[in-house]
Amino acid sequence: MHALTLTAEDIAAGVERLAAAIRGNTDGKALALVGIRSRGDEVAERVLNLLSSEDRELSFGVLDISLYRDDFGHLHENPAIKESDIPFEVEGAHIILVDDVLFTGRTIRAALDALSDYGRPAKIELAVLIDRGHREMPIQPDYVGITLDTRRLDHVLVSLEGTDGADEIRIVEQENQ
Amino acid sequence: MPRKDLLDIASLDRADIDHLLDQSVPFKELFTRSVKKVPALKGKSVLMLFYEPSTRTHSSFEVAAKRLSADVTNFDVAQSSITKGESVRETVETLQAMRTDYIIVRHKASGLPGTIARLTRASVINAGDGAHAHPTQALLDAFTLKEKFPDPAGKKVLIIGDVLHSRVARSTSTILKRIGVEVAYLGPGSLVPRAGPENIRRFTDYKQAMDWNPDVVYLLRVQMERQDVQYFPSLREYHKLYGVTETRLEEIRKRGLYIMHPGPVNRGVELCDAVMDYERSLINDQVENGIAVRMAVLYWLKPGAAIA
Repeated sequence: MHALTLTAEDIAAGVERLAAAIRGNTDGKALALVGIRSRGDEVAERVLNLLSSEDRELSFGVLDISLYRDDFGHLHENPAIKESDIPFEVEGAHIILVDDVLFTGRTIRAALDALSDYGRPAKIELAVLIDRGHREMPIQPDYVGITLDTRRLDHVLVSLEGTDGADEIRIVEQENQ
Repeated sequence: MPRKDLLDIASLDRADIDHLLDQSVPFKELFTRSVKKVPALKGKSVLMLFYEPSTRTHSSFEVAAKRLSADVTNFDVAQSSITKGESVRETVETLQAMRTDYIIVRHKASGLPGTIARLTRASVINAGDGAHAHPTQALLDAFTLKEKFPDPAGKKVLIIGDVLHSRVARSTSTILKRIGVEVAYLGPGSLVPRAGPENIRRFTDYKQAMDWNPDVVYLLRVQMERQDVQYFPSLREYHKLYGVTETRLEEIRKRGLYIMHPGPVNRGVELCDAVMDYERSLINDQVENGIAVRMAVLYWLKPGAAIA
């Protein structure tokens, strides 16, 4: 059953909220935005575009966390790995990790492990386009674009133009939860 | 499709080959980081079962497994019961009891890794069996070639040397054909099998082979230890007829050809010392890429399928 759809406008507003909150909290300091594949990289790029009008040093990176997942061996097939691209000095950087949906927190746990293998950042914050709740780890976002009230087994399906051809978010409800 | 074992190239389809070659790219990217290790195979065990000496392949697999955080055990043949007459079957049963997840096998008998694969739930990777196959060498060769020629279809690779005794020649030409590369052999008539695959050209004359216009010259190692008969008069003679001499290196440089060799190099036999400084020598790339490709293979295989 299909319960709720968010439009391109909702997504744009969410991205703007992220950028505004980051702007308000970081005060022109040098930042590195790191998007988690896939779709976190596209969200990070959009936030970066909104921040780039300011006079500050901005870096951008992409992280693939497949090799850091904690469900290796539980899957029938290991996830295909894509390249990570962290073209800036991680040591001492102020990094904002960006993802599309925050759910259990396991992806973020993996991303923190992956980032630390590039160096020791001065600070890591977390920005997510959507927080849908149901954490399984003690991980909370610093910046949220959209907060969604979902049930544990609902599916939150995110499409973004660069990855999927169009901007849309659908929540598909599961019966018998 | 992921599978339990990697025994040869012939049993891989084109999609598997493309997948493994693509997946080797992000593994190679890890080598530029300060921490080169990832936790993907944390808690898994890899057992190295080498019945034949090998420094390069052995250490390449070991580095690959360790960079994936697996635990590596060397089942050292010289120190093991194999020398006390323990059969392969007994050895494998012992390994099975150790609940190892991956077994890397090298043996002089063609087909032995396949036999072991049928006896165990562990994933078996053939690291070279007799004159049969050396699939990870083939994958690293194809990967190295693709780094220089992203679209390798129609490129020409001339494999020079002891094709007859070479599992590298077999596996590497199989994979190159699969990705659309043209392959030809050059060597003494006694070392280039007449009954080879139909679509592989054979040359016995160096000049004629160069007139075929290869893009890459791939030199095989002359395997002194595997020749019980003399297949050519002398090493000096071999170097003169088929080796990359300084004069030939000049021609290779003018034509802009790449040089590959699976190592270890017999200097002054397959190639002269100057090749080591040749700007289009891919020999060191092959070593580095070997680790990335072996990581991709370990990550791709799925141990644990039922024993037949």
